[in-house]
Amino acid sequence: MHPTQALSRNTILEAVRANQPAAQPMPTIPHFHTHQPADLVSIFRESIARMAGVVVTDVVNGDVPDLGSFLRNKFPDAKVICSAIPEYAGTIRPASFNHWSEASTIDVCILRSPMGVAETGSILLSDVELQVNTIALLAHDLVVLLDPKQIVANIHDAYEHPHFKLRPYSLLMTGPSGSGDIGGIVVHPAQGAKTLTVLLSPAPDTGQRTG
Amino acid sequence: MSHSIDQAKNAEKFLADTVHEERLDKLLWAMRLRRDAAARQVPEWEDLRTLASEIKEHTLSNLSDYLIQFEAKATANGVIVHWARDAHEHNQIVYDLLAEQKADLLVKSKSMLTEECELRPFLERRGIRITETDLGERIQQLDDQPPGHIVGPAIHKTTHDVAVLFSEKYGSDPKNEDVAYLAGVMRDNTRPDFLTARAGMTGANFVVAETGAIVVATNEGNADLSANTPELHICSVGIEKIVPTVESLAVFIRLLARSATGDTITQYTSTFRGPRKGAAMHVILVDNGRSARLGMKRFWHSLKCIRCAACMNTCPVYRRSGGLSYGSTYMGPIGIIMMPTFEIRKYSELPFASTLNGSCTNVCPVKIDIHEQIYGWREVMEENDQIQVVKKEAMRVADDVLSHPALYQIATTTLSAALEVLPHFAVYNRLNAWGRHRDVPNAARETFHAWYRKHRTVTNENDERES
Repeated sequence: MHPTQALSRNTILEAVRANQPAAQPMPTIPHFHTHQPADLVSIFRESIARMAGVVVTDVVNGDVPDLGSFLRNKFPDAKVICSAIPEYAGTIRPASFNHWSEASTIDVCILRSPMGVAETGSILLSDVELQVNTIALLAHDLVVLLDPKQIVANIHDAYEHPHFKLRPYSLLMTGPSGSGDIGGIVVHPAQGAKTLTVLLSPAPDTGQRTG
Repeated sequence: MSHSIDQAKNAEKFLADTVHEERLDKLLWAMRLRRDAAARQVPEWEDLRTLASEIKEHTLSNLSDYLIQFEAKATANGVIVHWARDAHEHNQIVYDLLAEQKADLLVKSKSMLTEECELRPFLERRGIRITETDLGERIQQLDDQPPGHIVGPAIHKTTHDVAVLFSEKYGSDPKNEDVAYLAGVMRDNTRPDFLTARAGMTGANFVVAETGAIVVATNEGNADLSANTPELHICSVGIEKIVPTVESLAVFIRLLARSATGDTITQYTSTFRGPRKGAAMHVILVDNGRSARLGMKRFWHSLKCIRCAACMNTCPVYRRSGGLSYGSTYMGPIGIIMMPTFEIRKYSELPFASTLNGSCTNVCPVKIDIHEQIYGWREVMEENDQIQVVKKEAMRVADDVLSHPALYQIATTTLSAALEVLPHFAVYNRLNAWGRHRDVPNAARETFHAWYRKHRTVTNENDERES
C-alpha cells in the first residue's frame, strides 16, 4: 500500500475506533414467512405486474408452444436476438462480443433466471447466466425463462441464493428500466431494457437451482 | 469564515412561483401516501424498522472491525480498496485512476457522496468530461444546479422546464413535453457515452462486510451500465454505509424503495462483488467528517440514514420551499441534522427550517430521532451563539412545547390531515423565521390546540399506522 494510503487508512480507522459508541448487539433476523408456498406463483405474477410493462406468459400451461415462433410474433422487427440459453440459438451468442459495449446491437435478449422473488416480482441474473453482463442492460427487450419451482417467498429468502456470496455481479431485476424523474411520471425505458417478459418454464434439469 | 445559509430567504424565490410550489407539494405528498400504502402491505413493517435500526447501531458501534473485514474480503475478490480522509483526497484518488486509465470521459450514476465532495468541478477543471447518467441528475447537471432532492434530483422541475432545457442543450422539440419523448432524448444522447467511456463510476447504497460487495439500487439501470460497460468501475462510498451480512442487507432492501417511492423494490438492485475478467474495480471508502460525527453523543444516529428521502417527502417545510433553498448537499430534515457536522457556521440556520412536528421521525425506516436532533442542533447553535434573535425566540416557543409532555405528544402524533395543512398555520407565523416572507394566512391566528380540537375527529378516522 502507498504510504499516503496507509496513513489515510490508519487515520480513519483510529478515529473510528476512538469515536464509535459502546458495542451494541446484532439482532436475530427472522424470514417473516407470511405466504404459503402454494401462493408463490400468483403472488409473483401480481408483483411483477405492479412494475409496469412486464408480461408473464405461462409456458407451463401451453401458452407458448414454441419459443422461436413466440419471439417472432412478439418481436417481428427484431434482427439481432442474443440467446444465452442452450435450447434456443437466436442469431448471436454472448461469447461473440469482444467488447461489452458491442451488446448495444441486440434487439432481443433471451436468458434463464435461476430464481424469482414473489414479494417483489424480481428475477435474479448474474454473470453466470449473462456471460456478458451488458446483454441484459443494453438490449432493447428482455425475455427471461423462470422455473415456477424456483420462485422464493421474499427478499430474505432471495438473499440466501449462493450467487450473492460467490458471483462478481448479481442483479435482482424487477420490471424494465424506468424513471419518474420528470414530473414524477414513470416512463419506460430510461437507460436499460424497454420491456421485460418472464416466461414461466420448467428448468431443463427439473427444478434444480442452476446457480 | 463563510456566511450562514439563509434557507428562509432562499425559499422566497421558490415560494413566489406558485406553480412550482404547489406542484412540488402535491407530488411529494403523493409520494408520502404511496409510502404509507406500501408500508401497510407489509405486516412486519414496524419489526423491519426496529431491526434496521438495531443492525445499523450494531454496525456503527463496531465500525472499525467491519471496515477491516470489508477491505479484506473485497481485496480477496480482486477489488482495489482506497481510503479517503476528506473530499480532496477522494477527488484526487478518482482523478489519478482516470488519468492512469487515460479516460477523458466518465459515465457516472447518481451519488450524493460525490456531490458532497464536489467531484464534478474538480474533474472538469482537470479536463475530464462527466456525463451524469441518472435522468434527474443529468437534468440538474445540464441546468448547472445541484440536486434538489436526494432520490429525484430534478423533482422540482416541471415537464415544461425540462422540455425547454433539453431543447437548449440537445436541440430537441421545445414544445414536446411528453415525458416518454424527453426520457428518449436523454437516452439517445447518453447511450454513445456509455459505449465509448473508458471509465464508469457509481456510489453505493450499501456495502456488505461479509462478502466485500457493494450494492446499488436504481430504477433506470444506469448504475449497472456505468459499472459494466467500461473496463474501469470506480465506486465511492461513505464509511457508514456498511452492513454486516447479506442476511442483514435483506432488511434494508425491503425498506428502501417502499420508504422512498412506495415501490416494493427498485428495478435494478445490484450487487458488485468484484471485477469481471480483464476489468478493474476500485472502491473508495470515504470519511469526510463521518468518524467525527460518530463521536457526537447526540448526533451519531444520523449516520444510520439510508438516503430514502421519506423525511423530505413528508416535511411541510421541504415540500413548500424546495430542496435548493437549503443551499446544501443534503436537504430537508436529514440535511438539517447532517449539514452542521460539515460546517457549523454555514449551516447554523438550517435547524430552524422545521416545524418539529415529528413526522420525519415517524417515517424514517431506520428510526433516526430526526426531530429531536433538529431541536438538539438548535440548542447547539444557541450555545454557540450562531443564531439571530428572532430564531432564539422561536426556539423558546419550541422549548415550551417540548417541556410539556402533553403538548409534545399532540405535536408528534399529528396525523395525515394535520400534516398536509400544517404549513398554513404552523409555519407561517411571526415567530418562525422561515415563514417571514409570506403573508400570514388567517389560519395562522389559530393556535395548535384550537386547530387540533377542531380536526381531531377527522384525523382519528385516518388509518395512519406510523403516527
